[in-house]
Amino acid sequence: MIDNITLIVDSSVRIAATLLFAALGELVAERAGTLNISVEGAMLSSAFAAAYGSHATGSAYYGFLIGVAVGIVVSLVQANLSHRIRINQFVTGLVLNLLAIGVTSFLLAEVKMAPVQFGLVRIPGLASIPIIGDALFEQRAPFFLLYGLVPLVWWVLKRSRWGLELNAVGENPTAADANGIPVDVRRRQAIYFGGLLAGISGAYLSVGLIGAFTPNMTALRGFIAIAAVIFGGWTLSGTVAGTLLFGGAEALRVSLPALGVTITPQVLIALPYLAAIAAIAVLSQRRRQPAALGQTFGRGIS
Amino acid sequence: MTAAETTPEQSGTTVAVRPPRLPLSEYLRVGALLVASMAAAIGCAALLLSVTGSSPATVFRAMVTGSVGSRVALTATLNHAGPILLVALGALVATRSGLLNIGQEGQISIGALFGVAVGLAVQAPRGITLLLIGATAAAAGALWASLASVLRFTRGGSEVITTLLLNFVGFQVVSFAVNRPWLLQEDLPEGSILSASPQSNPLPPAGHLPTLAQGPGFRLNSGITVAVGLALVLAFLLARTRWGFELRTVGLNPRAARRSGVSPARVGSGALALSGALAGLAGGVLLSGTAFRVNDGFSNNYGWEGLLAALVAGSVTLAVIPSSLLFGALRAGSGVLAATGVSPTIVGAVQALVVIAVTLPLLYLNRRRLRALVQRTGVSRT
Repeated sequence: MIDNITLIVDSSVRIAATLLFAALGELVAERAGTLNISVEGAMLSSAFAAAYGSHATGSAYYGFLIGVAVGIVVSLVQANLSHRIRINQFVTGLVLNLLAIGVTSFLLAEVKMAPVQFGLVRIPGLASIPIIGDALFEQRAPFFLLYGLVPLVWWVLKRSRWGLELNAVGENPTAADANGIPVDVRRRQAIYFGGLLAGISGAYLSVGLIGAFTPNMTALRGFIAIAAVIFGGWTLSGTVAGTLLFGGAEALRVSLPALGVTITPQVLIALPYLAAIAAIAVLSQRRRQPAALGQTFGRGIS
Repeated sequence: MTAAETTPEQSGTTVAVRPPRLPLSEYLRVGALLVASMAAAIGCAALLLSVTGSSPATVFRAMVTGSVGSRVALTATLNHAGPILLVALGALVATRSGLLNIGQEGQISIGALFGVAVGLAVQAPRGITLLLIGATAAAAGALWASLASVLRFTRGGSEVITTLLLNFVGFQVVSFAVNRPWLLQEDLPEGSILSASPQSNPLPPAGHLPTLAQGPGFRLNSGITVAVGLALVLAFLLARTRWGFELRTVGLNPRAARRSGVSPARVGSGALALSGALAGLAGGVLLSGTAFRVNDGFSNNYGWEGLLAALVAGSVTLAVIPSSLLFGALRAGSGVLAATGVSPTIVGAVQALVVIAVTLPLLYLNRRRLRALVQRTGVSRT
């Protein structure tokens, strides 16, 4: 029994980590006012690039870096189309997501890749803690970035000038603009940060968690990450809790049949999506979203 | 009559103003931009093909032959274009009201699922059976989309996210139904092995759409005429009726709409329901036109293609007809690509590139119009 619990906790945390990387980036982008749906496309592209990069260089570390770079490139396209040329941000994101599916599926069909995966890293001592030890202290290398990134995002949003300006831009762009904060510049920067983290998320998924790239392997995890931000009421601690919840839902889907619990497979597959919809239904209004979320800013246009 | 002819002074907070006519040179410039950005999009695709060792020229030729090169190819293009056009019309209605419905894949699946259930259950002449399938599919699609509008207008949850998440729930509903012998799973003769991809029973002939033309290897169904007919009706409704005007008002400025007594929630949820109904109907047309049964993965990207076709058409309602034909042709062309040894998934990338290539010049055109409007009226608020 204890073994089973340890196993489920471990796989929940592993899956939640993928979501949390992306959700941290999305949280920053949303605090600046962009509901950035191309996080999905950035994750998928960087998952492919990391897998291919690892195969080409023979090193999971180089592959990981290549994946992260591709995530940033996708966010560069998104940010400049949506917050420089001002094409609708959802349309931009949607097209980028479809482009990412098309390009990665095509490339996967045309190139051959040998699977490369990060090895497990075990922190001695801490990993021996019962139940949570394995989950938190014996994971593939990129996982441990989270221990730095979570406090970093807290510091950025709460203590840095840049982060406070992002909040201002997301809450009241007109006032921010009048105070000399360049609204679209800050929003683009927030999207770049989101792209960096979506890149880490995708690269962790392919060369860390799974160890290979499969067509459309992100399977909407980018959107689940967005739902986790909504679930968390646009707060950091809430977002972390949201990713753990959705990670847990997916871990149950994988592990329940193995534990001999029979549940209709279709219900299990739909579970994370249903959980995300339920979270949106229950929590969208309880915590207030950034006031200018999803809106384009332009001077003289209210 | 419509607000398109009222000036800002007369209409107060009303937003719809007839866009000013620009000098011919501006339209020529937009045309040149369009050609250049399309060339860039095709160039990107060609580059992708070259680096993976395929010949762009061969692929291009195969795509043209496979989409317009013969009667078989043309039939495939038109049969694809019908459901794509229906989905695109729905997407357009939602965007006009300021909502983005990206749940068409699920709405198609749910529409077809209920359509096939009705088609298998009734014993009626063809006209009645088809009408029942179409109405059920549309109603099911509308209800599925309305789940998102409930979340949007009572809880404030973004319809972009919820419609998308509902796709995956919809797929599982279909999968559930075709995997249950007591629901819709195919009846198989005793002792035969269940196929790897479970499906429903085929519709009886009374549930098949009428044939417009047929010959060896092709059958053109009447889906495309249904879709074009609805496009004309919808274009009229959007441009010339009170409903169309309210829809645009809500889409352009919900605050102004509310002040003038138009409820954004009412208009928006109606638009989302109609959007889902058209996607559901597209599922019904796919079912009665070509597929005749429902299986896992039934929607097969028709939803995404219709959505992209609508984005290409932008603000010109009837432009969805040529853009849906284009996406139908791309899909038909991709069907023959496998024979050339190139993965048909390249077409997915091309479709997304086409949308970007068309959006940029249209954006430029809108900017120029806005500037001309500001100069003419002195009103800077839009």
